[in-house]
Amino acid sequence: MATVTYDKASRIYPGTERAAVDKLDLQIADGEFLVLVGPSGCGKSTSLRMLAGLEDIDAGSIWVGDREVTHVQPKDRDIAMVFQSYALYPHMTVADNMGFALKIAKVDKAEIRQRVEAAAKILDLTEYLDRKPKALSGGQRQRVAMGRAIVRQPQVFLMDEPLSNLDAKLRVQTRTQIAALQRRLGTTTVYVTHDQVEALTMGDRIAVLKDGVLQQVGTPRDMYDAPANVFVAGFIGSPAMNIGTFRVEGDKAQIGSGKIALQREALSHLKAEDKNSVVLGFRPESLDRVAPNSEGAIPVQVDVVEELGSDAFVYGEVPQDSADAKDIHFNAGDSQMILRIDPRDVPKKGDTVWVKIREGEQHVFSAATGERISAEVKSDSRKV
Amino acid sequence: MPLHITGAADAALIELPWEIPLSAWPEEHIAALPRGLSRHVVRFVRHGDGVLAIKETNPEIAYKEFTILRELQRLDAPTVHPIAVVTGRRTPSGEDLSAALVTEHLAYSLPYRALFASAMRQRTLKRLVGALSVLLVRLHLLGFYWGDVSLSNALFRRDASEFSAYLVDAETGDLQARLTDGQRAYDLEIATTNITGELLDLQGSGDLDESVDPMDIGERLEKRYRELWSALTEVSTATSNVRMRVAERVRQLNDLGFDLGEIDMEQTEDGTAIAIRPKVVDAGFHQRRLMRLTGLDVQENQARRLLNDLDEFRAWNDDPAMDEANAAHDWLTRMFEPTVRAVPRGLRGKLEPAQVYHEVLEHRWYLAESAGHDVPMPVATASYVKHVLPKKADEKAVLGRSIAEMTAELPALTEEHGDTFALPDPYANDNTHAWGGVPEPEDEEPPTVERRSLRPVTAPTLPTAPSAH
Repeated sequence: MATVTYDKASRIYPGTERAAVDKLDLQIADGEFLVLVGPSGCGKSTSLRMLAGLEDIDAGSIWVGDREVTHVQPKDRDIAMVFQSYALYPHMTVADNMGFALKIAKVDKAEIRQRVEAAAKILDLTEYLDRKPKALSGGQRQRVAMGRAIVRQPQVFLMDEPLSNLDAKLRVQTRTQIAALQRRLGTTTVYVTHDQVEALTMGDRIAVLKDGVLQQVGTPRDMYDAPANVFVAGFIGSPAMNIGTFRVEGDKAQIGSGKIALQREALSHLKAEDKNSVVLGFRPESLDRVAPNSEGAIPVQVDVVEELGSDAFVYGEVPQDSADAKDIHFNAGDSQMILRIDPRDVPKKGDTVWVKIREGEQHVFSAATGERISAEVKSDSRKV
Repeated sequence: MPLHITGAADAALIELPWEIPLSAWPEEHIAALPRGLSRHVVRFVRHGDGVLAIKETNPEIAYKEFTILRELQRLDAPTVHPIAVVTGRRTPSGEDLSAALVTEHLAYSLPYRALFASAMRQRTLKRLVGALSVLLVRLHLLGFYWGDVSLSNALFRRDASEFSAYLVDAETGDLQARLTDGQRAYDLEIATTNITGELLDLQGSGDLDESVDPMDIGERLEKRYRELWSALTEVSTATSNVRMRVAERVRQLNDLGFDLGEIDMEQTEDGTAIAIRPKVVDAGFHQRRLMRLTGLDVQENQARRLLNDLDEFRAWNDDPAMDEANAAHDWLTRMFEPTVRAVPRGLRGKLEPAQVYHEVLEHRWYLAESAGHDVPMPVATASYVKHVLPKKADEKAVLGRSIAEMTAELPALTEEHGDTFALPDPYANDNTHAWGGVPEPEDEEPPTVERRSLRPVTAPTLPTAPSAH
């Protein structure tokens, strides 16, 4: 087991100007489950393949433990890419399926048996070792496939979208299994996904990438409570954060007819290039319903109410007469807002509800740079 | 989302029963073909004159693989041909079904398992691995990283006394401008592991003699690959006689079946030598030459064999007035076509024409050897058609499993199941749940099929409720 260090590691594909991965600095602790996440083309898979030795490193270096592996061949890196597609061989026993690759590596027979047994114990497969895969259930077969990687006892596991082949339900089951297994094994793991929910639920820490540049790395809680910039704020969280650009007047941001008092800390970071504007973000659960026209309240005209039993979400529009409405947006479209409300008191389509951002739950970003300028949102200030 | 088919201009595709899960497609559509190990539901389906391979998978993967196969086809790589991607499939009851990737089944191709019907000879095995190493080199030269090299993921066609391998499964692959050494090394590592596993499995089922060492064969692939790769890409330096050295290099590549499209020559730093580096190498040297001369489109080793015969033909009919093109035309009409036409219609599904010609040449050699004198081609052909060809298996569309076995899992065919096709076992034929994919267990015996009626089953009519007055 080992740490993994990316030290200003870059990958520039031949014939391209922009780096696919640009000076990535990342320290992964021994035994940590780190998830690389970001939209398609952000460089997450390239970063993983740089560690695996499948992509050249054009600048900087990569270390596994205290050994530099920048120019080491994949098979000599002591790293296992865990395949989404391991074949299980029907005429070989479970033990042979798990151990045969070690034979190729000329590992001694007794040693193979011992490693296979150890892996089987972790995977709850001990009693099936001498059976054929046919006799196993689907889940057990999956674990045999995992076993093939485990018996190699690598320093690091790498997984590139291992769940992309699965349907939605199995994906949820399997991600729990992988996360649990990784914790039992305690092997450093780097996992790539485009799915931020997968990242939040699985990772000890998450690294968000965009356009080849690391945006932020932190625990799921860090990412949620203190996104470092507008991109991370919009990317992490489901439903997504409401984000808009607003004029600042005095110490307040003007949202339609409402005025919202901004944190003093955020105001102190405002610079000339922000041109008296801020990007303000607030999560759907950070809103309270208030009386119409009360101070700091925003009107929302209800389009759709989504009732989930434990929660209800309102998708609505800030009415057009509010001047800056076009700047408020969330994932589903322009000028829309999403709020979580009490499922026992839901408005009807066409109603107007008035909401206010709860104290201390605003995320403020510089309009010029998109960087965060407000303090972290404290999780415990949030109430249902 | 409504049913959506992207791909070939083939309107008849829309008539296939996309509203039924592939594993439950009616027998009338299914061609009985062997299936290799696959992590998806795959079926071979009769369509017009040909056979299609249909694979169920998710839409992103289907589109990605389709695009890559299209691009590889454009680059003239040896792969199966992509036909279409089908998305938006839905059962009549409104349940969403997987997307499907449709490819054309390669005529006269054999999955490696079909070659183990009788215990495989070591030599055949080495040829298969040789073919796979050539395929891997060709794909790597084009910038294709395979990601899951194995015997299962390739198809093999007889190619004179060798085999040619074709890429079947590009799902894990990626096409890039140029591969890194790490990617090539990793592909080789995967290949070695997979081939060893596949052979160990064949030994487990008793289809491969215990005397064969799977590790040896696995390592052989890497060795062959490295030899070929360095022959094709290595930089050689010449201090004198540069012209001859370049010509030598070209001939060496031609012998390996490759053409040198572009070359880089550069003076070394100290100015005492010239470094020669092949820049663009294309496979199919003999293939293209034969195509140019005769219009025959055959595989590389077949082409080599036919060209040898053509050269011999020209030498025998030594007419100084006749140029190569005329000689080729003569050879085609006097040698090749009569031989191929001598095969009765009923036997034409056995082997490809070029392969038949190759085998007749082989047969002719043996006849001549035992007779002690030359045997004319028509005699050799007649003997081959009478004594050899009928004993061969049909390989145009290899029939490896009985229809009964293939359709055993089609509950829709039995009356007791009515017209619903709810799959009894969620894991039956479905490996996609496993991110370690699982091959289908292959039963020793075909399962017994109970089929009471083959007539179309109509939905049971509900008894009309007695009117309650």
